[in-house]
Amino acid sequence: MSLLEVRDLATRYPVRRGLADALRGHPRRFARAVDGISFDLEAGQMLALVGESGCGKTTTAQSLLRMVEPTSGSIRLEGRDITHLSQRQLRPLRRTMQMVYQDPYESLDPRFRARQTVEEPMLVHGLGGSRAQRRGMVTELLERVGLTPPELYAERYPHQMSGGQRQRLAIAASLVLSPRLLVTDEPVSMLDVSVRAGVLDLLDGLRRESTMGVLMITHDLSTAAHFADDIAVMYLGRIVERGPAREVVRNPRHPYTKALLSVVPPRDPRLRTRPRILQGEAPDPVNVPPGCRFAPRCPFATDACRAEDPVLDGVRGRPGHQVACLRAEELAATEHPEVLTT
Amino acid sequence: MSILEVRGLNVWFDLPEGGQLHAVQGVDLSVERGDRLGLVGESGCGKTTAMLALMGLLPPNATVSGEILLDGVDILADGERSIRPHRWVDMAIVFQSAMNAFNPVQTIGRQIREPMELHGSARGAGARRRTRDLLEMVGIPASAAGRYPHELSGGMRQRAALAMALACEPRVLFADEPTTALDVMVQAQILQRLVELADEFGLALVMVTHDLPVVAQVCDRATVMYAGRMAEHGTVDALFHEPRHPYTRLLFASTPDLYGDDEVLSIPGSPPRLDQPLVGCPFAPRCPEAIELCAEQQPAWLPVGEGHLAACHLNTHVPEGAR
Amino acid sequence: MRLVRERPAAAAGAVLLALFVLMALFAQWLMPYDPHQQVGPVFGTPSTAHPLGLDDGGYDMLSLIIQGGRISMIVGFAATLVATVLGGGIGIVSGYFGGATDTVLMRITDYFLVIPDIPLMIIIAAVWGPSLWHIVLVIGLLLWTGTARVIRAQVKSVREQVYVKRARSVGASHTRIILRHVLPQVAPLLVANTVLTIAVAIFDETALAFLGLSDPTAISWGTMIEHAFARTAVSAGAWWAVVPPGVAVSLVIMACYLLGQAIEDATNPRLRVSHLARRAFRILPSRPAASEAR
Repeated sequence: MSLLEVRDLATRYPVRRGLADALRGHPRRFARAVDGISFDLEAGQMLALVGESGCGKTTTAQSLLRMVEPTSGSIRLEGRDITHLSQRQLRPLRRTMQMVYQDPYESLDPRFRARQTVEEPMLVHGLGGSRAQRRGMVTELLERVGLTPPELYAERYPHQMSGGQRQRLAIAASLVLSPRLLVTDEPVSMLDVSVRAGVLDLLDGLRRESTMGVLMITHDLSTAAHFADDIAVMYLGRIVERGPAREVVRNPRHPYTKALLSVVPPRDPRLRTRPRILQGEAPDPVNVPPGCRFAPRCPFATDACRAEDPVLDGVRGRPGHQVACLRAEELAATEHPEVLTT
Repeated sequence: MSILEVRGLNVWFDLPEGGQLHAVQGVDLSVERGDRLGLVGESGCGKTTAMLALMGLLPPNATVSGEILLDGVDILADGERSIRPHRWVDMAIVFQSAMNAFNPVQTIGRQIREPMELHGSARGAGARRRTRDLLEMVGIPASAAGRYPHELSGGMRQRAALAMALACEPRVLFADEPTTALDVMVQAQILQRLVELADEFGLALVMVTHDLPVVAQVCDRATVMYAGRMAEHGTVDALFHEPRHPYTRLLFASTPDLYGDDEVLSIPGSPPRLDQPLVGCPFAPRCPEAIELCAEQQPAWLPVGEGHLAACHLNTHVPEGAR
Repeated sequence: MRLVRERPAAAAGAVLLALFVLMALFAQWLMPYDPHQQVGPVFGTPSTAHPLGLDDGGYDMLSLIIQGGRISMIVGFAATLVATVLGGGIGIVSGYFGGATDTVLMRITDYFLVIPDIPLMIIIAAVWGPSLWHIVLVIGLLLWTGTARVIRAQVKSVREQVYVKRARSVGASHTRIILRHVLPQVAPLLVANTVLTIAVAIFDETALAFLGLSDPTAISWGTMIEHAFARTAVSAGAWWAVVPPGVAVSLVIMACYLLGQAIEDATNPRLRVSHLARRAFRILPSRPAASEAR
């Protein structure tokens, strides 16, 4: 049994209709932010959900935590189906799944000292009986996330801490309840480069020592490649490729993945890529094209692609690697990964 | 012959409680036609402030000193008065997050025409025509001129900001984190267009960013800044392959590479406060290679190779047993 | 002390308001004469013994002003309390829960907002009868709308903050979030709004009293003006019976505005306009003989 099992999850937002359209009886349209995704996350595993804006990765995270109501599909956490539980029933479950947000400047109440931010979940769920016990837990958690000396940081306000420190505090507050699943939405994209590895190493260490599963939402492929076990690439509400991080990066099978990887600039000035720059931008989730949703921008699209919507299927000879492309195997035989040296 | 040369740029900000923040401490810069220079550093290093100083866009609580030589003439001499005629006409800027650079209640076309009419480079029908040309040049359909900023996507807005910057045919183009808020694919599109236009018009491009890989691919040379000062300057190749400042080396090491297996590092600690005078090298407290001298004396800005300069004692004082 | 240096207006307002409050609190000890005792002729002129003269009944004006301040300010503060509790409560509930609750509450607020205050107060006071508490209720019931709208807007924006969403995802109850996260953010604005409401409430009380709708046995600045007019002080040339209470009301209202505006400026970041300043940055000449700095 996996820690998290998601099957055909879909979350749709109704698009506002003008009064005129409603009166004329135009059918209501939907933004299909998440349009049928399935994946598993094991305990102790870090999965990176990668994609560009509008692909549905953030909505996926919100749907998992039930901050947004999924339209269909199922979510099983430690075997238990949580898709249709009411908010009240979910409350005790909030302890098992927590979220760390992107913006360390906005995710902390500016009027709370660090100690209070970490204590809040304890107070909400009745943990740590006496004040002394709670203080002890706060100290322990601050140490665990590297905010030492803990007595010094406990009394600080967010504006007295740097971005990296704030993010560590946010992580500490999420750990209070010993969650089984931690969802991090772009945990380091707003931090300085020199601070990122510290926070990511922290997350990595935490999930190894406690078998907590981590779902990391990010648009940064390089970070995903280095820190995650698996990468799942999303495009317009679907997962188009999934596999072990190294494998997906060095042996991509989906044209979108290949294109994305090819435009990531290497840090070595002597290396030049052959960037496959796609034209235009990803279409609106309201107007999902028929057939393969990537077909309009795909350099290899055929009529078959425009007619049939591919499903995630295993890649031959590569265990754990799945791709949703009708021509994946065909293209693998002729295409080779890039990165040439000048 | 350099179009723009900056010598000894210093910027101080008055603080509400009294005292000053020394945000930029002695920055030099030089670009010629067709150059592509990167100004690299993390938050608070002073790169954006330096760029705004060159455009004369600093707030009233700022004090600037130094020389900004445009075609050999110091345009900083009279402050706002002497910079203003050159703004947009000779030097233009593309801001980060172009969403914030546009007036939401005016059409894109109107806003692109505005600098043209203001600086007298085109008027009326001529301005409209030029606006349409500019939009197509940056890759937006000309019909977008009649649209409002919120009707365009983020990528298109950034292109429109680029068009606006090019309105008066400047010779130097500053780009402040031009693609930081954008997806990697849109970033690639825009950078490609930016480089094409720079080449076509012989623009000097100065890109301010914290994104090292972008600098590595787009720029020829770069200056790494730390705590308001220059740490190192050279070709991007030299900076990556032969760094002569520990901060440069660590900065690259903190950037994960898609295919590399090297461990990604981080630098403990934080940059120093700039509202107090600094003794010694600003990076010394966090530097893994610091020697005693580093805490006592500020390192001098010295050449370490052809077109390669750095401010680090390790280049002049070899510690016993090392190298 | 920083308050005095940075915002002298606020400091002045605060001091002035404090003076009046102290005057009302210690009225009994401050009054030189018993305000209900005739100490001279009707509309006696100001003199050293009676610096503000005597009113229509021969009572000392100064003592009356001091005594009258009590009622004026008590009614003003009490009515504001009603308005703030009601307005703040509705604003918070409306802004936090949104949806149908918000729509219904805001429609109710709109109805109250649209009703002309003074005519309604006149009608209610006339129907319920002149009593101080009726006045307090009437004023309070009509002033809460402004507070409700302002608080609702602020609460709505706080609710969207990431740290509130995080508290929700931790499982915190609505009550907890409102008390611990929303209220502290909203409090400064509430304070500013309250101070400004006090000014309006005192003015409304004065107006109602002047129109003869207040309790005639209670001395307030409004009733003093009303008495003076009723007993033809103006044609008698006795300005001292009319002007001092009016000035007192004006001073208190001005104090409230100075203080309230300053608090509002300090707490509302959108009111900052330093980027529109006309001065440009300064130049430090790098060479001694260079052009002079601006």
